[in-house]
Amino acid sequence: MTDKTPILEINEVSKFFGSVIALKGVSMFVRPGEVTCLLGDNGAGKSTLIKTLSGVHTPTEGSYKFQGEEVEFSSPREALDLGIATVYQDLAMIPLMSIWRNFFLGSEPTKGFGPFRRFDVDKAKQITREEMSKMGIDIRDPDQPVGTLSGGERQSVAIARAVYFGAKVLILDEPTAALGVKQAGVVLKYILQAKQRGIGVIFITHNPHHAYPVGDHFVILRRGQVFGDYSKEEIPLEQLVQMMAGGADLEALSHELESASRGEEDENLARAAEQFRQEAGSE
Amino acid sequence: MATETAPPPTKPSDERVRQVGSLTRLLTRPEFGALVALVVVWVFFAIVASDNNFVSWPTTAAILNRAAPLGILAVAVALLMISGEFDLSVGSVVGFSGMAIMLLVTSTSAGGYGWALFPALIVALLITLGVGFLNGLLVLTTKLPSFIITLGALFVFRGLATAIPRTLTNRTQLGSFDDIPGFETINAIFGQKIEVLGARFDIAIVWWVIATVIATWILTRTAIGNWIFGVGGDDNASRNVGVPVFKLKVALFMTTAFAAFLVAFMQVTQFKGADSLRGELQEFNAIIAAVVGGVLLTGGYGSVIGAALGALIFAMVQQGIIITGVDGDWFKVFVGGILVVAVIFNNFVRQQAQKR
Repeated sequence: MTDKTPILEINEVSKFFGSVIALKGVSMFVRPGEVTCLLGDNGAGKSTLIKTLSGVHTPTEGSYKFQGEEVEFSSPREALDLGIATVYQDLAMIPLMSIWRNFFLGSEPTKGFGPFRRFDVDKAKQITREEMSKMGIDIRDPDQPVGTLSGGERQSVAIARAVYFGAKVLILDEPTAALGVKQAGVVLKYILQAKQRGIGVIFITHNPHHAYPVGDHFVILRRGQVFGDYSKEEIPLEQLVQMMAGGADLEALSHELESASRGEEDENLARAAEQFRQEAGSE
Repeated sequence: MATETAPPPTKPSDERVRQVGSLTRLLTRPEFGALVALVVVWVFFAIVASDNNFVSWPTTAAILNRAAPLGILAVAVALLMISGEFDLSVGSVVGFSGMAIMLLVTSTSAGGYGWALFPALIVALLITLGVGFLNGLLVLTTKLPSFIITLGALFVFRGLATAIPRTLTNRTQLGSFDDIPGFETINAIFGQKIEVLGARFDIAIVWWVIATVIATWILTRTAIGNWIFGVGGDDNASRNVGVPVFKLKVALFMTTAFAAFLVAFMQVTQFKGADSLRGELQEFNAIIAAVVGGVLLTGGYGSVIGAALGALIFAMVQQGIIITGVDGDWFKVFVGGILVVAVIFNNFVRQQAQKR
C-alpha cells in the first residue's frame, strides 16, 4: 500500500488573503484507492484548503502536484478536466430535475447528426441506473426528481456522477455534515465504494467518528496549520477524538453503521462497525 | 459486491416502486393542470353557451384562430421562463416588428423606405432578433432581474413603434401590404385562411403546432433542453458543470423575439398592414398561458405543451364570453380568476405528487 505514489500531493502550501493567513505550510497527499481524511473544526482552514485543492484558489506559496507533476489551476474547470472532482456540500444538484437529467447536466450524451442531434435519453437513463447500482444504490426510477431523494441519496448521486465522469481524485466537502446518523452511514459506504474503484478520496469532515471507519490517513488541521498527520495504524480512534473538539456518540454511530451494513455484506463497513463497538466498549 | 448490484426485484426496491403509480406520474406532469382546466372550461361553455353554437366548427375555428398567435408567443416565453427569465417586451416587440416591416416596404412617397418585400423581411427579422439580443445582453451583463430590463423594453419598443411611424409618415397605422409584389406567396404560407368543415381556419394554427412540436422536442429531447431546465433550477450550479449559461439565455431571449417577429409578420400579412398598438398586453397573456400550462414562475420546471394548452384555454374563455353575449368587461375577471386558480392547483398537485 505505502509504496504507491500519491496521485495528488501538496507541499508546504500557504494561502494569504491580505494580512490574513488562512493556510500556513500545509502538506498532505492522497494515493489512488485510499481515503485521506481532512479533519478540523470550524475556522481551521478546511474551506480554504478545499478551494485550493479544487482549483478555486491558487496557493500563495508551496507546490501542488498531480500524478507527480506540478500543476497550477486558474479555474475549477481545469482541475475537473484533469480528474479532480469536488462534491460540495450544497451539491450542485437541481431539485426539480430528474436524477438522469441531473446526472448528465452539462455533459449530455447525444445521438444523431446536424439539426437532429439529440439527447440520448434512453442511454442517459440506463447509464444513470447502472452507475448508481455500481455504487450499490438501486434507484427506483431515474425519472424521479432529485428533490424527492434523501440527503444521503443526493450525496451518492453526486459522488456517482463524479466517478462516472472520470474522477481520479474525489474531494468531498463535509458530505456527512447535514445528515442523520443512518444517512451518514450510507454516504460512508459510497466513499468506500469509490475507494475500491481505485479513486483517491479526500474526505473533509469535522467528525472523527465518520472519518475513522473509512480513512487510511488522517490530517488534522488547526488554525490554518497541520496539527497532526497520521496513518490509520498510528492512531487509535480515541486519540483522534481527543485531538478534535466534540463528536457524536460513539455507541450510537457504531450501532447505526452496523445496521446500515447489515444485509449489504459490505465487509469494510461491517469491519468498521465491529471496530467501533470495540472502541466503544473499551471506553 | 455482486449481491449488491442485483437487479430490481430486491426487497427494498419493491416496497418503494409501489408508490410511483401511473396516476402519480400523470399528476406530476406539468401540463396536467392545464389539461384538466381545458376540459372544465370547454364543458362549462358547452353548457352555458349551448344556445350560441359553442360546440360547432366555426366557433372552434374562432378559438383556434385566437389561440394561434398567442400560442406561438407562449411557446417561446415558456422556454425562456423555464430557464428562469421573463420577457415582458414580447407584445411591444410584436407591434414594433410589424411596424418595421411596413415602414421598410411602404413607398418613399408615403414616408417609408420603398424596399422590396424579401430584403425588408430579412432586415426586419434581424432588427427584431437584435432586440432579443439586446434584452439578453442587458439582463446578463447587469445581472438585474429580467423583469425590470424587459419592463423597460416594453415601454421603449411600444414607444418606438408609435413614434417612428408618426415621425416618418404622420400615421400609426400603415396599410396596403397586399399591394407589395410577392404578397401572394407570403400570404399563401403565412396569412391565408383554409376552409375545412365549413369553417375558416388560419394557417397560423399550423405554425403554432409546428412551433409547439419543435420547442417540445428541444426542451425534452436535446442537450439544450436539459440546460434550460438546469439553468432555471440553479444557474450557478449549471455553470459549474459546464453549461454555457450566457449564450443559452441570450439565445432564449432571441427566441422570444423571433416568435414576436413571426406573429407580427403573420398579422401584417393577415390584416394587410401594421398598427402601433398590435400585440398590446400579449406579453402578459403569454405569461398567463405559460403559467396556466404549469410553467413555474421561478423557473426550472414546466412544459411547452402546457403553455400551448394555456393559450388555448385563454382563447376559449375569450371566445366563450364573446358568444355568450356577456359584457366583455367580465373577460378580465374570468381570466384573472383562472390564472390564480390554475397556479394554486398546479402548486398543490406538484407538492402532493412530490411529497411521497
